Amino acid sequence: MTTDSTTPSPAPASRVNTGLARMLKGGVIMDVVNAEQARIAEDAGAVAVMALERVPADIRAQGGVARMSDPDLIDGIINAVSIPVMAKARIGHFVEAQVLQALGVDYIDESEVLSPADFIHHIDKRSFDVPFVCGATNLGEALRRITEGAAMIRSKGEAGTGDVSEAMKHIRTITQEIAQLAALPHDELYVAAKELQAPYDLVVEVARAKQLPVVMFVAGGVATPADAAMMMQLGADGVFVGSGIFKSGDPAARAKAIVHATTHYNDPAEIARVSRGLGEAMVGINVADVPAPHRLSERGW
Amino acid sequence: MTIRRTIGVLALQGAVSEHASILTDLGAHVILVRRTEHLNGLDGLVIPGGESTAIARIAAPLGLFPAVRNLVSGGLPVFGTCAGLILLAHTVEDADALAGFDRIATLDITAQRNAYGNQLASREAPVDFMPTPTVQPVAAFIRAPHISSVGPRAKVIATADGVPVAVQQDNQLAATFHPEITGESAFHHYFLSLV
Repeated sequence: MTTDSTTPSPAPASRVNTGLARMLKGGVIMDVVNAEQARIAEDAGAVAVMALERVPADIRAQGGVARMSDPDLIDGIINAVSIPVMAKARIGHFVEAQVLQALGVDYIDESEVLSPADFIHHIDKRSFDVPFVCGATNLGEALRRITEGAAMIRSKGEAGTGDVSEAMKHIRTITQEIAQLAALPHDELYVAAKELQAPYDLVVEVARAKQLPVVMFVAGGVATPADAAMMMQLGADGVFVGSGIFKSGDPAARAKAIVHATTHYNDPAEIARVSRGLGEAMVGINVADVPAPHRLSERGW
Repeated sequence: MTIRRTIGVLALQGAVSEHASILTDLGAHVILVRRTEHLNGLDGLVIPGGESTAIARIAAPLGLFPAVRNLVSGGLPVFGTCAGLILLAHTVEDADALAGFDRIATLDITAQRNAYGNQLASREAPVDFMPTPTVQPVAAFIRAPHISSVGPRAKVIATADGVPVAVQQDNQLAATFHPEITGESAFHHYFLSLV
């Protein structure tokens, strides 16, 4: 990773790695902390599970340093399900990422939900064979992560709150910034690249395609079928649900309902049908009540 | 003058827009299929890659697979890639996560899910495709299934390193790989020739 500074990094994410994210589109990726939860998630129709030690709501409540999960726990989850298994590494913690790759996870999430290991650099994701998903709150951040080798983007939201307002803000910001970029005359894209702090060629590619070159899911605060459907209507390719499922009254029923609402996101009658009888949603915290230093979405640079 | 064909893409989950884009480029009119009524008037149907466990669960309450099975038995051309092959296969090995869920199961093969292991085993590879003997299209194998046996009604139409990777049974076509990820149109072109 840091051994030979003269060797250029290999190319950005491969087509099979960005392609795996394409296979997950229209689906729900669920946070799980053990094999039993992973089975519940798969049985509800999750397209992948995210293995972590504590869900974000517990990380928030309990405090302390949050790190990569125990390898035994990750192995247990890999053995429990047939769908892809993702696992989180700390921002910049390239050895946690090496360990996760050695464990054979299908995707690594370089995640602001864990305590950052590096406040300047993210992981050089191009030097790995396993694909990465990274969080972003705006287009420039997304493009910097893609440049580093991310094969999938996850708008951050505010994890562990059950408050969808930050997820809303981030996906609206990214889609608006793409639309603005696409409307610029070609000779203004040089300054746009400077302002986005992203490579010119990638900025041109996004301006032409009117979309990111990788799949973008939404995360952080999704707790109900209507939350998930709203993110899809706003242009998300899929959703991550963290604490929203296993911190609710009936995780299996809620997980299944969120999966169906994500498919039928444009059908309010269907969303109404699956929203009935789900029991208590996670209690949640309003993002405005979270002091700024404790907001996870502000981690990442 | 050719008649513009209407091709459905099963749009419950997975790489839907990638198939829609290739089919549109080849001149087809594409319908996204989320309910049985969307199957009316189709000239062909594509079942995209995705997670077969998720697609089977989303499809179950909609009654989609019994309707697709009837249409395929009646001759509707169908093309399944990766998860689509799993849903079309008559038999799936190691199918615990699919147990109790309906599949289309009209294609005379036995398939094994995630046969090559985790994502680190995913790769691109050239494919020997019998309808185009002079060119080898490149396809993406992503957590790909394996065709473990081919019944008498189906025939192998593509191999990679000698291993069967695509089969045809009359109006049914299925591949373990993703031509839509490499932007490879040879397979869709062939599928449209069956329509």
